[in-house]
Amino acid sequence: MRYSFFSKKLVAVTLLITGFVSAQSHEGEEVETGAHDLKTQIKEYIDHHLLDSHDFTLYSYTTDEGEHKYIGFPLPVILWDNGLKVFSSAQLEHGEGVAEAGGNYYALYHNKIYKTDAEGTINFGGHHGEETHEEDAFGENLVVDDSHPSNEKPLDFSITKNVVFIIFVGLLMFLMFRGVANNYKKNSLPKGVGRVLEPLVLFVRDEIAIPNIGDHKYKKYMSYLLTVFFFVWIINLLGLTPLGVNVTNNIAVTFALALITYLITTFSGNKNYWKHIFWMPGVPAPMKIILAPIELLGTFIKPFSLMIRLYANITAGHVVLMSIIGLMFIFQNWIGSPLSFVLAFALSLLELLVAALQAYIFTMLSALYFGMAVEEDHH
Amino acid sequence: MEKLIEQFSFGLFFWQLLLFVGLLLLLRKYAWKPILGAVEKREEGIKDALEAAEAAKKEMQNVTADSEKLLKEAKAERDVLLKEAREIKESIIAEAKEQAQIEGDKVIKQAQATIEAEKKAAVADIKAQVANLSIEIAEKVIKEELSNKDKQLKLVDDMLGDIKLN
Repeated sequence: MRYSFFSKKLVAVTLLITGFVSAQSHEGEEVETGAHDLKTQIKEYIDHHLLDSHDFTLYSYTTDEGEHKYIGFPLPVILWDNGLKVFSSAQLEHGEGVAEAGGNYYALYHNKIYKTDAEGTINFGGHHGEETHEEDAFGENLVVDDSHPSNEKPLDFSITKNVVFIIFVGLLMFLMFRGVANNYKKNSLPKGVGRVLEPLVLFVRDEIAIPNIGDHKYKKYMSYLLTVFFFVWIINLLGLTPLGVNVTNNIAVTFALALITYLITTFSGNKNYWKHIFWMPGVPAPMKIILAPIELLGTFIKPFSLMIRLYANITAGHVVLMSIIGLMFIFQNWIGSPLSFVLAFALSLLELLVAALQAYIFTMLSALYFGMAVEEDHH
Repeated sequence: MEKLIEQFSFGLFFWQLLLFVGLLLLLRKYAWKPILGAVEKREEGIKDALEAAEAAKKEMQNVTADSEKLLKEAKAERDVLLKEAREIKESIIAEAKEQAQIEGDKVIKQAQATIEAEKKAAVADIKAQVANLSIEIAEKVIKEELSNKDKQLKLVDDMLGDIKLN
């Protein structure tokens, strides 16, 4: 018992060091709950961590009285529900309260905003053949439940945690690269941060854009390739920092990026590109008819694969990393917990590599698709 | 897949698209274009400088080759000149020698002729003096001898005897 107490403390300290401070919220409950509950709790925590949030919570904990405390700041909630509704996310009280805006009531359930009545009742439509039941929104909002609420979902344009982080990364990139660009006005050689960034910019140009798109046409794609490369990389890297937020594990984010790649590819496609899709040269006519839909589908599958690849890699990395961190709490002994810690550390290093690799792959494949779209006929 | 679609947040998609495109446009104007422009300008400058250096090197090589050629030519010319000078010197010396020989011979011949003439004159002179002396001696002797009759007679006899001998 004494050892387990010590190991718990050790784990708490290591968590503080690694910065996953928010995992502390489970500490208080460990004593009263069994190992099985702990596993569910960790799973819920991971699920919760991967989701977007309407508040910017740095960490949360539970007091001895069982009250949830959140350290962070609220963010604006913007809804489109027969007119624009804007209110602070503080009103939602992390899923424990009901917000009132313009005569309508809204409550959080599984991190999504639903329109409710004044009491914040969530109705369940009884999907999957389950019996209809009700759950009060004031209750535990982390319970994994396959049923979907039948409440109306307003269009949610809230400035969520991820949006804040996207803005932050955007600002960071703008200031950083603006600084680098301004430096060239005075010096012809880069200084300071530019010494690191210039080789990376040149890497994107010389290793990604020129080989894939070609010497003459690469220039107009450089802005997109550079932006997407640095955006994905920086946001992946910051997602690994203690207070960073996972952005690229949202399918909406990777979808937006892949959509831009798709649109640029489609709009820069030349005659030769479309000919290869709809009327493949060099094959018999019946094959051309068969190939056309396949090729057309291929144009959608390519950016789709971009979207899934980035999303899946980052999500998987975080799930595995957090699971291993969670293992520390399950083992609670001198062998298992340090082992998990070492494993988590090694995996963190791997994730650093994955962060750069995914940015590289996304940019590389985008450039490849652009290259295909602008390739000249050389038959 | 179903979970993915359920997770899909339109709001986040909207903001990501908007913010990303905004960031793209801003960065293009304020960062990528100046950075790539500056880098390209610099690369061109480096390329030009390298080419200029290469050209200068080539020119330098040409100049070196030229000067070497000139040096070689100069050396050859010098050699030719030296050779010529030597030849001239030798021919002058030879000519001078010949001239000297001729002149010397001439001088010697003249000297010999002079000597011969002087000798002849001297001999003739000596002869004349000897003759005069002989006459004077003869006169004195005769005067002496003729002072005594006997002696005069004896002399005439002797003389006559001598002439007979001759």
